[in-house]
Amino acid sequence: MCLAVPMKLIQFEGVNGVVESDGVIMDVNIMLIEEPKIGDYLIIHAGFAIQKLDEKEALETINLFKELRDESE
Amino acid sequence: MKYKDEFRNKHEIRKYVDRIGEKAADRSISLMEVCGTHTMAISHYGIRNMMPEYLRLISGPGCPVCVTPNSYIDHAIALAKLDDVIITTFGDMMRVPGSTSSLEHVRSNGADIKIVYSAMNAVEIAEANPLKTVVFLGVGFETTAPTIAASIKVADECKIKNYYVLSAHKVMPPAMESLVLNKKIGIDGFICPGHVSTVIGSLPYSFLAEKYNKACVISGFEPVDICASILMLVEQVTDGNPRIEIQYKRAVKPEGNPAALKMMYDVFEPCDSEWRGIGLIKESGLKIKNEYKGFDAYDAIEVETEPLKELNGCICGDVLQGLKFPYECGLFKTVCTPENPVGACMVSSEGTCAAYYRYENNWT
Ligand code: SF4
Repeated sequence: MCLAVPMKLIQFEGVNGVVESDGVIMDVNIMLIEEPKIGDYLIIHAGFAIQKLDEKEALETINLFKELRDESE
Repeated sequence: MKYKDEFRNKHEIRKYVDRIGEKAADRSISLMEVCGTHTMAISHYGIRNMMPEYLRLISGPGCPVCVTPNSYIDHAIALAKLDDVIITTFGDMMRVPGSTSSLEHVRSNGADIKIVYSAMNAVEIAEANPLKTVVFLGVGFETTAPTIAASIKVADECKIKNYYVLSAHKVMPPAMESLVLNKKIGIDGFICPGHVSTVIGSLPYSFLAEKYNKACVISGFEPVDICASILMLVEQVTDGNPRIEIQYKRAVKPEGNPAALKMMYDVFEPCDSEWRGIGLIKESGLKIKNEYKGFDAYDAIEVETEPLKELNGCICGDVLQGLKFPYECGLFKTVCTPENPVGACMVSSEGTCAAYYRYENNWT
């Protein structure tokens, strides 16, 4: 039930945002996000964006996986 | 989803599993996941079976639908039977059994129950039906509670007077404490919930490490995330250095989401709350504050509920505490299936019994 998915903010006005992922477009409320920007990946749950996805951290986590793989190979 | 491939890469999973296997633990280690989405992912990707002998992965209370007690369902059903009431709810609640009935059942007998995707839809329904009493079933952990709080604030600002929330919201850390205190379970560490933590951050779990010496890692939901988190937890246990770490850094900040937390605590305050199977846990629920009392369905709408009855033979209560596995229930798979669920853990798509039924076929 706490299922939440990252989607990209493609448009917004006030608290009303439009997000997209894999061609699916949805209206979401973005009142819980500070300083939203077009292109942000937002974590969407029950019609609201509840947090921004930190792309830098996402890439760092992936690099960590890669390092581990390289180390073990 | 973005980066999906990286987070589901089989080779990465293998590497982590090998690392976990190399950690020579001199005793068995039990880790509990407390989030239903983690339960599903662990079952789905077969992670439990990949783990070495010494490591036991057990499922906890998981999904908010599962831990909502019969008394709440009975209350919602009683409201649904009143004239001029529209019940609005997330879809997962429809089939959860109360003492003698379910929302789905009363709807088939004519009750006006609408499934919504967001609490804001419920506010819109209230606005469009000014002569009806619209009640939203507020169920969910800290991930969901801020969105329900927001709906109450919006209804307040728009002066919508026929919108009410029946709050069964729950917060996770006090429930984790009560699981730690139950010595029968014997937990060494927690795979902490990812999306609850996007809201509350990592600080509210630190007492679990400091006071109870439990390892804690906030994990993402992809299989590589979960395996990475398990390795971090095993290292914390074997190094004797329990603490709270964040693996799911792309979505979780130590401070959480302050705007969401503020929204939640503007509208709600902590209260004691009953969890199915576990019982009453101090300060583990959220009730509507006095300031917003006008929106509280408990206060505003008087209703008589049927006498409470528990289900015969269903051991959901033990499953929710990690005391028993679903296959230890006599009804599992024979009488109780996702098509004909007996207990809440089978009804909810993220329930432990449903996860085992769908993905884990190796029970004996
Ligand atoms: S299998 Fe069904 S009856 Fe048994 S504990 Fe799970 S939900 Fe309850």
